[in-house]
Amino acid sequence: MDMKRDYYEDVELFSSGAVVFWFVALLCALAALPFLVKNYYIYMANYMAINVIVAVGLNLLVGYTGQISLGHAGFFAIGAYGTVMLMTKAHFPFLLALPVSALAAAFFGFLLGVPALRLEGPYLSIATLGFGLTVTQVIGRMSIFGGRQGLHTPELSIGPWHLDSDRDFYYLVVAVLVFLILTARNLIKTKVGRAFIAIRDADIAAETMGVNLTYHKTLAFAISAFYAGVAGGLYAFVLRFIEPEIFSLMMSILFLAMVVVGGLGSIFGSIAGACLLSWLDLELRNILSIPYLGGWLEALSKSYFSITGVSNIQFIVYGLIMVLIMLFEPLGIYGFWIRTKIYWKTWPF
Amino acid sequence: MIGFLQAVTSGIAVGSSYALMGLAMVIIYKTSEVVNFAQGEMALLSCFLTYMVLEFYGFSFLAAFAGALAFAAFLGGFLEFAVLRRAKEPNVLGMIIITIGLEMILMGIVSWKFGADPKTMSFPISPYDSVAIGEVFVSSLEVLTFIVALTVMAVLFLFLRYSKLGVAMKATQQNSMAARLMGIRTNRILMITWGISSVVGCLAGLLISPITMQPYMMWDPMLKGFAAAVMGGMTSLPGSVFGAYLIGIIENLFGSYVSIEFKSVVAFAIIVLVLCIKPSGLFARHYVKKV
Repeated sequence: MDMKRDYYEDVELFSSGAVVFWFVALLCALAALPFLVKNYYIYMANYMAINVIVAVGLNLLVGYTGQISLGHAGFFAIGAYGTVMLMTKAHFPFLLALPVSALAAAFFGFLLGVPALRLEGPYLSIATLGFGLTVTQVIGRMSIFGGRQGLHTPELSIGPWHLDSDRDFYYLVVAVLVFLILTARNLIKTKVGRAFIAIRDADIAAETMGVNLTYHKTLAFAISAFYAGVAGGLYAFVLRFIEPEIFSLMMSILFLAMVVVGGLGSIFGSIAGACLLSWLDLELRNILSIPYLGGWLEALSKSYFSITGVSNIQFIVYGLIMVLIMLFEPLGIYGFWIRTKIYWKTWPF
Repeated sequence: MIGFLQAVTSGIAVGSSYALMGLAMVIIYKTSEVVNFAQGEMALLSCFLTYMVLEFYGFSFLAAFAGALAFAAFLGGFLEFAVLRRAKEPNVLGMIIITIGLEMILMGIVSWKFGADPKTMSFPISPYDSVAIGEVFVSSLEVLTFIVALTVMAVLFLFLRYSKLGVAMKATQQNSMAARLMGIRTNRILMITWGISSVVGCLAGLLISPITMQPYMMWDPMLKGFAAAVMGGMTSLPGSVFGAYLIGIIENLFGSYVSIEFKSVVAFAIIVLVLCIKPSGLFARHYVKKV
């Protein structure tokens, strides 16, 4: 059923008419969403879409090329600050500032990719982690970036349109999101994508087969950083205010968690993982107002724990999800989806 | 000159707690090739339990600290037994994710229970007493940390080299299949390793807690300890201690002569530089990867 008979079947964007139909249906649903739901859910959708962009980009690096990054909050911050700074200080239009700052993030990704060529495992994780922390510290200590006070985002307008509500901004985010996901999906079907996968599976073997390791590893870092940079630039306008504390190590960890929970080496997985974790993130921020569970947790906190620390339950939830996913379904949500699909396809057996 | 000596001395003092955390991470990495991001939070849980029994149940210091170390050993062994051992298809990234997940769970539990506000833990030695060595002042707590770090390093070094258990741990690391064939219960060895490492981490935590006591207190020592361990090659005990002191000293010199603002970042810059030159740390033996 899923057999690929020739090269073109492997590389085509949509494998059948049904896929095209569902893709168009999804696009229509995304376009209609702002008219159907409350404002808060549009904010949530923006937040999810931005996390999906980062997760897809990070998956190109972690899931497809097999490199670890614990510093993606750094690229995210470069994108966010770059966009805001270019717009306020240099008066760039948004559509120019966003790609320029994403390219700046990609350049830093390239720079980080150079030492990463010789590193792996714990060495790579500490190097990327150090990069992420350094970016946050540098931004927080320099007054040109607003220091600890942070920066307010300027008015956002594209040509004649002013995007001043979440609803307007939603279309921009979704357009960028769809474009970047299709790009990522296309990329992994090309020579470059296959080189990434070869490097992940066996880098020395890939090199003997003629894959240029230097070029492809740094390229993977740069592309991944580009995605994070774009997402960062958009994120600044979702929050309308950025400060260095947002781009903490915890954020890098959450990005990595999205990719792993969704499933390494699967774009669908990244989308699902990012949506799940960002939904949890927003829901768990006011955990005590969740029906039924909230009241019970409040009573529990009062008698055995402390009520001031109740927001930390979200870390326990994330941690449990990460540990349980790795223990029971190492391929994440994608692995679960594949197993369910096979189960139903071969149903009576 | 006095300023320079003072900066170096405080660097050594700070380096001692990094060294303990680095040692704890190296022990685990040596035997099981797992980067344990939960190291700091394992210590954190033990420290807060010590705080609780000291403040609310009126235990004596001796009983509380002995209890903390025993609990740390149990916690380390338990986490290995209950979580790490259950991982299917373990790889580096998967293990990192699991330990980060454990870290978040432990930190969530501690800060749920105790809240985020800083606490003060009573400690037999006040962190404000200072001892003069020549014209340089160090607090007596820092002297104690220094002594503990060196003692732990020496004991671990001798233990791994001369005791039967230590040799079994080395054997497990080098070739766990062969070790099993020689009659070593490698699973139990891993559990003991985690226990020992957790005790070392707990020592570091107990020595840090009189200075600062809040749920984020172990982040910085753990990351710096990890950086130190990586600088030393991730498998070398003296290497990680050397790396820790190097990071502590450079950090303090940088803080007092160049810029106090970027003091905490400079460690990571050094790490990246060192790794550019020697990709597997300063003291690691070169190994050839098989395809």
